[in-house]
Amino acid sequence: MAKNKQEAVFTPIGQNHSKNGKFEKSVDLPPATRKKHTTLGLSDDDVVEMFRLMYLQRRFEERAMQMYQKGKFGGFLHLYIGQEAVSTGTVFALNDDDDIITAYRDHGWGLVRGISAREGMAELFGKATGCSKGKGGSMHFANTEQHFWGGYGIVGGHIPIGGGLAFANKYLDNGQISTCFFGDGAVDQGSLHETMNMAQLWKLPVVFVVENNGYSMGTAVKRHTVGEIYERAKGYGMKHACFNGMDALTVYENMKEIADEVREDSEPYFVEIRTYRYRGHSMSDPQKYRTKEELEEFQKTDPVERIRQYLLDKDVLEESDIEEIENKIEEEVLDAIDYAEESPSPEPEELYEDMFAGTPYFHDKK
Amino acid sequence: MAVLQFREALRDAIDEEMARDEMVFIMGEEVAEYNGAYKVTEGLLDKYGFKRVIDTPISELGFSGIGVGAAMKGLRPIVEFMTFNFAVLAADQIINHASKVRYMLGGQASVPIVFRGPNASAGQLGATHSVAYDSMYAHFPGLSVIYPSEPDDAKGLLKSAIRSEDPVLFMESEQMYGLKGEVSEEDDYIIPIGKGKIKREGDDVTIIASGKMYHVVKQAAEQLAKDGVEAEVIDPRTIKPFDIEMVIESVKKTNRCVIVDEAHPFGGVAAEAGFLIQREAFDYLDAPVQRVTLPDVCAPFAKNLFDIWLPDAKQVIDAVNTVTYRN
Ligand SMILES: Cc1ncc(C[n+]2csc(CCOP(=O)(O)OP(=O)(O)O)c2C)c(N)n1
Repeated sequence: MAKNKQEAVFTPIGQNHSKNGKFEKSVDLPPATRKKHTTLGLSDDDVVEMFRLMYLQRRFEERAMQMYQKGKFGGFLHLYIGQEAVSTGTVFALNDDDDIITAYRDHGWGLVRGISAREGMAELFGKATGCSKGKGGSMHFANTEQHFWGGYGIVGGHIPIGGGLAFANKYLDNGQISTCFFGDGAVDQGSLHETMNMAQLWKLPVVFVVENNGYSMGTAVKRHTVGEIYERAKGYGMKHACFNGMDALTVYENMKEIADEVREDSEPYFVEIRTYRYRGHSMSDPQKYRTKEELEEFQKTDPVERIRQYLLDKDVLEESDIEEIENKIEEEVLDAIDYAEESPSPEPEELYEDMFAGTPYFHDKK
Repeated sequence: MAVLQFREALRDAIDEEMARDEMVFIMGEEVAEYNGAYKVTEGLLDKYGFKRVIDTPISELGFSGIGVGAAMKGLRPIVEFMTFNFAVLAADQIINHASKVRYMLGGQASVPIVFRGPNASAGQLGATHSVAYDSMYAHFPGLSVIYPSEPDDAKGLLKSAIRSEDPVLFMESEQMYGLKGEVSEEDDYIIPIGKGKIKREGDDVTIIASGKMYHVVKQAAEQLAKDGVEAEVIDPRTIKPFDIEMVIESVKKTNRCVIVDEAHPFGGVAAEAGFLIQREAFDYLDAPVQRVTLPDVCAPFAKNLFDIWLPDAKQVIDAVNTVTYRN
């Protein structure tokens, strides 16, 4: 009984997977909210500030990219461009003392949680004046004073730590919740599943948020994980949601409800926010795994353009007001570059600083 | 002095620190209702309740990371592993996170956490339950590694570990939990991390051993004394920081040294201490430093093979005979 022999295929190629010349998008965006900011409880000033923060993240990274290409600094550089509505909507939804922890795509998160353009740029340049004293670089922005616990470089590694921040909040009964952001690639790590199980079992006040930007490096979501991501929550009996991450107001609306609920009943939430990364995974990515059409399609939903247009449509600002904000930010970012260039590198002795909170010990150090 | 079992000394240390500081809590597999896989935590659930004595699922990676996050927010977790052989699943949290978070965030957070549990072999448990991990973790900057051999050391050092502002790995042995020994009754008995102890004085040879191997060496030293060889036995107690000064001083007196290490030979404590001794005491050595370690092979099950595999007093005596040219 001869069977038809077929070559085993494990991960079919992404791009060529198109149907009748129509490309298959890596993520489907759920509809954005139709509510006005005022209905959502946001003032005009709030949305203006949202726009300002989003534009800051965008220009900060566009300039950082130029500086990287000019060889001003080395290391990895993962850009958040396209995903700024997620960080921005979230910080407005959270209390200022709620915890945030994320992966290495962290510049946007730092900028919305109190890291100045100067401190951020100086960190990229590896300068002593950087937010992490030049010890962390692009992947390890942090501002723990404002409850931003940092960016982490091991995919999935910071997820249990996010659970631990929530554990501490519950232990201390301090009314704070913790939010833990990671990419769709991290969904495949065991650390997530171990932490989700314990979070549900122990009723930890934590929101796990997948920023599904369509790709884990060059692997489209459908090629690296089964089913719908948010449905993973069902296996743990965890509350879950999935919404549009290309619109700051939508992120705000949903995250606010979720944060309030988690704070109220101390039960975890699993959230999939659908978004899109406009740039390569890092600076050395030729992006052969996706089509130009797909990128262009998502660029039509640019979150920064969207909120800019919203401000005009709702007569919150006029074109000239917006240009003024944009010019100010441009200056702020250029100033940050000057600051980073002029800042001193860490002193050689700094090599041995910040290892220990208690008595330092370095084996065989002369 | 009170005579306590090793596990009782550990329990007293945990109990005293939990009573002293509300931020201290303990979590791990079977630590609460079951009273501890090796009964170290017996009675603690009754005393401190479910908030501070926490049974975890079998998720070493997950609960270690929850510990790290909790420590970053100011709690002082004691994370118990059923053995360090299983902590390998948590290596990402210990090595990539606990030891590095502070540095990579430029000092903006600290991780005062203790990871503890039995280390190394415990009889014929086969290849996956028999590995000594002290030197492996000692490799990484930022981690302290403690592997005490007697109840008194265990108590004083565990209290120090719990108070440490930085991550500590505290290693025990399944085979030593019942071991009895005198323990100081001093109020708030603390032994500083990083200080070795001369446990037997002698002029003829220095023998270094910690943890379970200390007891093998003790036996060997008694045997050697009958043959007129007086060994000086140093128990470093902490693998990192390693008390090299104490060792060098002793070697300068005895001019000979044997290091006994329960790990495999490549890159272990014996290799590191041996290197430092040749560099710091070259002119004092009357013989090349010798080491007794596990062979570079997995732990076997069969009794006869296991006995060949694990260092014993005879191997120690052989090594001493080599450095004293009595072979
Ligand atoms: C444990 C681990 N494996 C692999 C890598 C290399 N790596 C870095 S980012 C990445 C892709 C992750 O994608 P995703 O989680 O979707 O996040 P995104 O980059 O899209 O923000 C990979 C494979 C890593 N840093 N850590």
